[in-house]
Amino acid sequence: MVGIPLWWKTTETYRAWLPYSQIRELDSLQLQLSMEVEVVFSRGTLTPEQQKKVPLSQIREEQHQVNENTRLKYRYETKYRTATVMEEDALGQPSTEDADLSLHRLSESPCGSVVMYVIPQSSTLLPEGVKVYVGQRRTALLRGWEALGGTLKEVLAVLEPQVEQVLRTMSFSHSDITAALGDRIRGSRLSRESLADSMRAFKSSPGYEITFSLLNPDPQSHSLHWDIEGAVQTYIQPLLDKLAPVANHSVDSQILYYAVLGVKPRFNRELSAYTLSAESLAHVINPIEAKLGSNAASSNPVLNFLLYVPDAHHAPLLIQDQGKREVPSNAFHSPRWGGIMVYNVKDQYGPEAEVPVYINIDMARVMGVFLSQLRLMLGVQPTHLAPGFLLQSPGSAGLTDWELDRLQWTRSVENVAMASTTITSLAQLLNQIGNIVINDNIAQQVSSAVTSLQAAVAELEAGNLAFALQYSREAILASERAFFDPSLLHLLYFPDDQKFAIYIPLFLPMCVPILLSLLKMLGEIRRSRAERRAKKD
Amino acid sequence: TWSWLALSRSALDSLFLCVSHFGSVSLCLCLGKAGQFFSSGHTNNWAVLVCTSRFWFNYRHVANTLSVYRSVKRLGIPDSHIVLMLADDMACNHRNPKPATVFSHKNMELNVYGDDVEVDYRGYEVTVENFLRVLTGRLPPSTPRSKRLLSDDRSNVLIYLTGHGGNGFLKFQDSEEISNVELADAFEQMWQKRRYNEVLFIIDTCQGASMYERFYSPNLLALASSQVGEDSLSHQPDLAIGVHLMDRYTFYLLEFLEDIHPASQANMKDLFKVCPKSQCVSTPGHRTDLFQRDPGSVLITDFFGSVRKVEITMESVNLTSPIVLVPHPPTSIFLQKPKQRDWHPPDGFILGLWTLIILIFFKTYGIKHLKHIF
Repeated sequence: MVGIPLWWKTTETYRAWLPYSQIRELDSLQLQLSMEVEVVFSRGTLTPEQQKKVPLSQIREEQHQVNENTRLKYRYETKYRTATVMEEDALGQPSTEDADLSLHRLSESPCGSVVMYVIPQSSTLLPEGVKVYVGQRRTALLRGWEALGGTLKEVLAVLEPQVEQVLRTMSFSHSDITAALGDRIRGSRLSRESLADSMRAFKSSPGYEITFSLLNPDPQSHSLHWDIEGAVQTYIQPLLDKLAPVANHSVDSQILYYAVLGVKPRFNRELSAYTLSAESLAHVINPIEAKLGSNAASSNPVLNFLLYVPDAHHAPLLIQDQGKREVPSNAFHSPRWGGIMVYNVKDQYGPEAEVPVYINIDMARVMGVFLSQLRLMLGVQPTHLAPGFLLQSPGSAGLTDWELDRLQWTRSVENVAMASTTITSLAQLLNQIGNIVINDNIAQQVSSAVTSLQAAVAELEAGNLAFALQYSREAILASERAFFDPSLLHLLYFPDDQKFAIYIPLFLPMCVPILLSLLKMLGEIRRSRAERRAKKD
Repeated sequence: TWSWLALSRSALDSLFLCVSHFGSVSLCLCLGKAGQFFSSGHTNNWAVLVCTSRFWFNYRHVANTLSVYRSVKRLGIPDSHIVLMLADDMACNHRNPKPATVFSHKNMELNVYGDDVEVDYRGYEVTVENFLRVLTGRLPPSTPRSKRLLSDDRSNVLIYLTGHGGNGFLKFQDSEEISNVELADAFEQMWQKRRYNEVLFIIDTCQGASMYERFYSPNLLALASSQVGEDSLSHQPDLAIGVHLMDRYTFYLLEFLEDIHPASQANMKDLFKVCPKSQCVSTPGHRTDLFQRDPGSVLITDFFGSVRKVEITMESVNLTSPIVLVPHPPTSIFLQKPKQRDWHPPDGFILGLWTLIILIFFKTYGIKHLKHIF
């Protein structure tokens, strides 16, 4: 009597309580992305009667059903207003960069929002043939038209497709978001370009390791010096600091001597240089990767950037693309791995120079190439520009504000998708395999992941991009920690026949006397009842 | 050899390589025929090679695993992407007449234990628990990078198991076993966390086909050296070393792989034909129903090699600001923390304690006992 419940209690596994109902709710994800757009009409683009109707605000919503348990809603809150006197002054500046700078000084737009200034067609601010100029921060200059007649509604209807086009460039587009949700929607319904983009950039991760390597196959001829610390501090660190809300980055560098490319280049007589054709580039990386070191302590994805200085006998070395044309950057990259640049030094010294030749590497040129490769690898996608768009160069930070916003949108959606699939699959797994012990710390991680996820979804709905990204990062960290906890592996699988094989020899001999005595007791009770009935009669 | 290969390749179409040009003005995707960049969907390769048996007479299992390791490295997968688990050390075994070698051909033709073998899990570290932890990623945080399977959703993983097995289980180290249900669950957990794009699972044990019977996750392609009820036999004994050197299936697999080079176009259908019953005595089996692509379109190098997809960098950022001189901090003298010494009671304390004890003793029992001491 006592034994059975005791045995049951002692052989059951400790499973802390998990919020299964909330996790089931997360399975069907309904994301709403809210964005604030401001459209400012400068003088000369609206007639006076139209100007009276402004300021005006409109809300536009778009719904998409991505798959049976993922739904997306985009909510654009557009505010129309006329430009203030100070903004008109700013727009009156001679060059677009100055105009952009003064506009930025006037008002700081919050993270995730876009401000568009419509300027009259006759304005000389934008160069010829350029319809839209996208600045370094979150502003865009739209070339409008001379004051059209008609109601404000008609003007807005004409303006709307242009506004949408600008939003697709500066902020997220539907294809970006569906690519970010790739974790949830398995099965390529993506276009070729977005598939290539999604395969090239690294998946969202809490941190990245960036390694810069200098490969010197010929130390006897070349004595190479590169000021990597200064270059990283000047050129790369501003970009990484700007990307700090998205992920942590750590940078290191190394110099490898006697590291050769695994491919033999061919001598091209017309160019009087050695060339590497596009097909052979694929085989360059593997032999080198075997020699590259990496930080053993972390499991973050590694981006490798290699600078190869060809040896004196195989210099200069040029990379040719598919069409046998020279590549100006002399560099190539591999998706989710990194990039390699070939730096030729043959022209810096003559044949009579004393070996080893001291060569100081021009870090600005090198870092320019590495920076563009880094931008590709980290997911700052090259925008597919519509004709008539002009983008301002990123400047010293290496990343414009709107590119950062774009990255933040896709990363927070990706984080939310990944965290939700992790949590739901963890719950499903724990339900399915009854043997796994669920400790309290796992339950705590799961609960915190669920709350962070719900907070992230709420912040996305409210339009606070920075908070949404922060919550989504916390959610991902907690869910990964819960899923990959080492203790979730403790009990192995016991097939049913093995369980019987263990218990039967133990309990069967014990059960035989118990059963017999129970039968005996039953017999006695029946006999006594029969006697009592006989006595009564 | 490379120039010859490049010439021959320029004659053929480059089926497996796509070089894309990305510019800020135009988008032109120049695909080779079939655009393998998209059809295989993987960007990196991993390999998990496990030998599960110890003792000298199981030399052939270690040689099996090392042969596959050698092929995989030769075809391009770097050591950082290979998790090699060997349950026993044959090269430095006391009974090895040729120390530091592991041969796979008789007459000692091929030494598969070269000078750059990197074993990640050795000896008693090869357990069912560690193997499942590597697959599912549930390793303690102190595990170094080389012992982890850091694959992502775009990795093709090759998993090779060899040892002694039976119907539904594989024996580890003669003391524990992994069942096919556990293996299938491990793969499902890998799939849930998107830790692979496609998996090629090869097992060379007796009744190996039973190990892949229970798989239920997508994108798994499985090969086994023998069916349920059959034994996988070893190939050839070497009289100098005194043990069997290889198993038949892996021997013929190695022969097949020696003909593969990184640019090869051989596909999985050729791999299925390796070691027919006439050579292997057992019937090799395979399972393709969970695999989404047609095996005829899957290249061997998709799993055994590591052909990188490459794109030319067309853009470069124009940097004009001069380099900031980073002030080097003076080389800091690392202050050593005072060494932790065990606490000892203050000097004289013990002496005083014993004096007290002796005094009390003589007080209680009388001074006349003092003469026994001095």
